[in-house]
Amino acid sequence: MKPRPFDYVRPDTVEEALDILAEHGDNARILAGGQTLLAMLNLRVVETAILIDITRIPELASISEDDAKVEIGAAVTQSRLLGWPALVRKLPLVACALPFVGHFQTRNKGTVCGSIAHADPSSELPLALALLDGEVVLRSRKGTRIVRAGEFQLGMLMTAREPDELITAVRFPLCKAGVAFREVARRHGDFAIIAVAATVENGNDIRVGVAGMADRPAVRRILRNGGPALRDAIDRLASELEGYEDIHASARMRRDLLRRLAPVVVEEATQCAA
Amino acid sequence: MRRVNKDERMRMSLSLNGRRMSGEAEPRMLLSDFLRHVLGATGTHVGCEHGVCGCCTVLLDGAAVRSCLTLAVEAENRTVTTVESLAGPNGGLNALQRSFQKHHALQCGFCTPGILMSFTDFLARNPNPSEAEVVDVLSGHLCRCTGYAGIVSAVLAAAASSAQEPEQAP
Repeated sequence: MKPRPFDYVRPDTVEEALDILAEHGDNARILAGGQTLLAMLNLRVVETAILIDITRIPELASISEDDAKVEIGAAVTQSRLLGWPALVRKLPLVACALPFVGHFQTRNKGTVCGSIAHADPSSELPLALALLDGEVVLRSRKGTRIVRAGEFQLGMLMTAREPDELITAVRFPLCKAGVAFREVARRHGDFAIIAVAATVENGNDIRVGVAGMADRPAVRRILRNGGPALRDAIDRLASELEGYEDIHASARMRRDLLRRLAPVVVEEATQCAA
Repeated sequence: MRRVNKDERMRMSLSLNGRRMSGEAEPRMLLSDFLRHVLGATGTHVGCEHGVCGCCTVLLDGAAVRSCLTLAVEAENRTVTTVESLAGPNGGLNALQRSFQKHHALQCGFCTPGILMSFTDFLARNPNPSEAEVVDVLSGHLCRCTGYAGIVSAVLAAAASSAQEPEQAP
């Protein structure tokens, strides 16, 4: 199908984009890669009065880094980040997760920030951002807000972004821990039934992140020493999150997948750290 | 700042297969429809129109993308490459196309233009792919005839034969 008609605006600067957002708010949609948005517009699941194409704003096109983090601008595609030479060294978890985001053909256009803005509960990049405790940079005419991943994604396709705000970048903290990522999907590149990521520091400080079990990614810290045994902790996490039923899997299957997958991922992260 | 109202048609240009082309598009027009209906380049096929089947894959500034998940206006003043670019001036097939023919990598051929464009981009970046990498790229396409095995063979054979050929001077 074809989208319903909309006005198209292609600002040259962030300020211009913010002015349009301030004027139109909820009646406007941001177009970055459009790999979800255009499908939804085509299917007429989503309508918009005005579409703001931010892909030609030069200041949104950069990948920058400092001692603590890598900041990825809103126009940076997933394939550009995947081809960034320092990715494996600086953000190994993102390097593991990115090949699972959509397909080769959609990563060429889809953006990193767009995936986080869309906030699909089974998505890989929001999971990685939540597990690494990253941040989202939001700008409006009123100023800049930095929101932590855990406070950004509020529920199924819902975020803390205000209608007049533009996500200009996301920040992934540099990660020195051992990391691992796995997901189960019907076909590589399809939506994950569940995805599990883990970081392990000092052999016993474990963080496990799970997508596809609840309305947003869930992250738990598990200490191998003193705390409950790993399998007990994962078992409780599966019961607590419950999972949900859809066309691909029952809630019970999701819990079962988590119980089987999480120990494997934690083991891989432990090996990776060693 | 470029602004086009919803009931307006905008005049836009792009480079299609090395030629400067112009046409009119309203904001909601998909690149796939612009190529086919405005510019008359019907080699690009349209299957699902929501990014699942991969038939409409073209190169945008050299990268394989879904033209049904791209607005025509997004391609303004950019470079688009479609399946029409692959054959030589006299209609001779290129190495990848010949390999598809040889390995029975198509039957009805509806999905083929998109698959050829995906691998045109992929092989340019990865001249010696593993079978797993080829399958991974192919997972972005649906083919209802071949069962995919012929396509995988064709791509691997094309990569192997181009590796044997001496590097051409740029």
